[in-house]
Amino acid sequence: MFDVKKVREDFPILGRSVRGVPLVYLDSGATSQKPFQVLDAERHYYENSNAAVHRGAHALAEEATDAYESARETLANFVGAETSEIVFTKNATEGINLVAYAFSNATDKARHGLEVDPRFVVGPGDSIVVSEMEHHANLIPWQELCAKTGATLRWFGVSDEGRLILEPGVIDSSTKFVSVVHQSNLLGTINPVKEIMDMAHAVGALGMVDVCQSVPHMPVDVRELGADFATWSGHKMLGPTGIGILWGRNDLLNAMPPFLTGGSMIEMVNMDHSTYAPAPQRFEAGVPMVAQAVGLARACDYLTDLGMHNVFEHERELTAYTLAELAKVDGVRVIGPTDNSERGSAVSFVVEGIHPHDVGHMMDAQGVAVRVGHHCCWPTCKRFDVPATTRITTYIYNDKADIDQAIAGIKDAQAFFGTSSKVSA
Amino acid sequence: MSEDLYQEIILDHYKNPRGKSVFMTSLGESHQVNPTCGDEVTVHVGSGPDGTIQVSYECQGCSISQASASVMSELINGKTPEEAAPIQAAFIELMQSKGKLEPDEEVLEDGIAFAGVSKYPARIKCALISWMALADAQIRAQLTPAPNNSGTD
Ligand SMILES: Cc1ncc(COP(=O)(O)O)c(C=O)c1O
Repeated sequence: MFDVKKVREDFPILGRSVRGVPLVYLDSGATSQKPFQVLDAERHYYENSNAAVHRGAHALAEEATDAYESARETLANFVGAETSEIVFTKNATEGINLVAYAFSNATDKARHGLEVDPRFVVGPGDSIVVSEMEHHANLIPWQELCAKTGATLRWFGVSDEGRLILEPGVIDSSTKFVSVVHQSNLLGTINPVKEIMDMAHAVGALGMVDVCQSVPHMPVDVRELGADFATWSGHKMLGPTGIGILWGRNDLLNAMPPFLTGGSMIEMVNMDHSTYAPAPQRFEAGVPMVAQAVGLARACDYLTDLGMHNVFEHERELTAYTLAELAKVDGVRVIGPTDNSERGSAVSFVVEGIHPHDVGHMMDAQGVAVRVGHHCCWPTCKRFDVPATTRITTYIYNDKADIDQAIAGIKDAQAFFGTSSKVSA
Repeated sequence: MSEDLYQEIILDHYKNPRGKSVFMTSLGESHQVNPTCGDEVTVHVGSGPDGTIQVSYECQGCSISQASASVMSELINGKTPEEAAPIQAAFIELMQSKGKLEPDEEVLEDGIAFAGVSKYPARIKCALISWMALADAQIRAQLTPAPNNSGTD
């Protein structure tokens, strides 16, 4: 196990105060903080090797290209992928859209008689399957795809305990694509994605896993997911904003029409038609985010040094503590699994009689940063009949004292709004 | 720390909301949601004696949004559109003031308690949502000030 105190020293921001009190950051599910090693790596790149990659033959261009491509290799190693299967995107949202647009672009081209891979053509009578605990990023692109093509959107429901209900028949012979979240950012649930991907493959459908909340927090080997695609964002795993990853099986990536088009993604260009580079370049139009790739690779190294098993165990322990402490507070109801198995560190809750905005505000007054709202999972909130929740998410730099501070904030809110007889310490 | 946000007046309106369901014939309705937090408010506008505005509302949201809706109904109910307009403008101006405006109690009455809210960007929308719904419902009900009285020409 690692020393949290030492880890904290790497994060300059954790030393600051907010609203006159020391910051307690419990919103890493939204975005993580960045260690100085990542910031230094970006700065070092800009100060020493900055140039446009894959263009020009000068020394800096070579160094920049090398930095960018080695970052890709680091990312691939981090999740057990081949380097050519790693596409750099802006974030997970773009990764999901890239795949959804492969379907809609292929479907469009097929309508005009162009030759496309039939696995990406959808239409009336076909279905796309998601779940009721998806982030909007893994819902809206599929709603749009269905609206454009006439396909039907279906989903697995969620139980009162916050687990997926894998009813038979949701995935059937009409299903062309299945996309589900690995770890819910609202409920914390870790889903049996291998089982779901196997169900998809059994009917000849392709499948994707949204690994935004799992890759930063536990060891993930993309091969073991059993999926065809997986996507996540760099900013939730100590990396910079503006960079994400789409992992896809090589044969599929190369069979997909491009998403964004322009420079850098071509093979040959004529005035009336062009051919495209193989993946991953095919999906990286324009000058890419090189410094961010370098920073993200450094974040991978940082996490690898800590050990992803250790990261998971550290958060498991903190989650157990969070759940136990919340259970002791009258009027607090956890939305999501309350047992600490097959669950990650996102813990959502509601406080009876106090709106999450007010809970969050009272916690903020104590320096505790938590997220309030629907967490981009509005349908999931509706499923649990709550307009919003307050959510604690932890990471490598949090400890039990942070949780104690959060609990004190909740009790303060209860005392302030007069919903509890207990007075806060 | 929280006291500049949660003034006594705000807590009072939150715990004892006024004018929630006024019995009237609705001429215009507006449903507004705050997409960042899922809060919802519906405002109905009807016409009272002498062309005055009648307001009723339903609000599901935090203390700030509920208290603001209550204050809004108290301030606007029974006013003519011409009388209401400067109050509405003053409240919106206060919310955009980043805490730097001394509100006029003559105009805003209990509404002055929201001065502190304007220092918290995340909460301004909460305080404004019912006022936005009111303005929209007024347009639908055609209960806006007559053009020559609006002071904009
Ligand atoms: C489960 C999940 N999916 C998708 C996303 C979208 O990530 P981004 O906004 O970085 O594209 C998030 C981020 O909140 C998430 O938690």
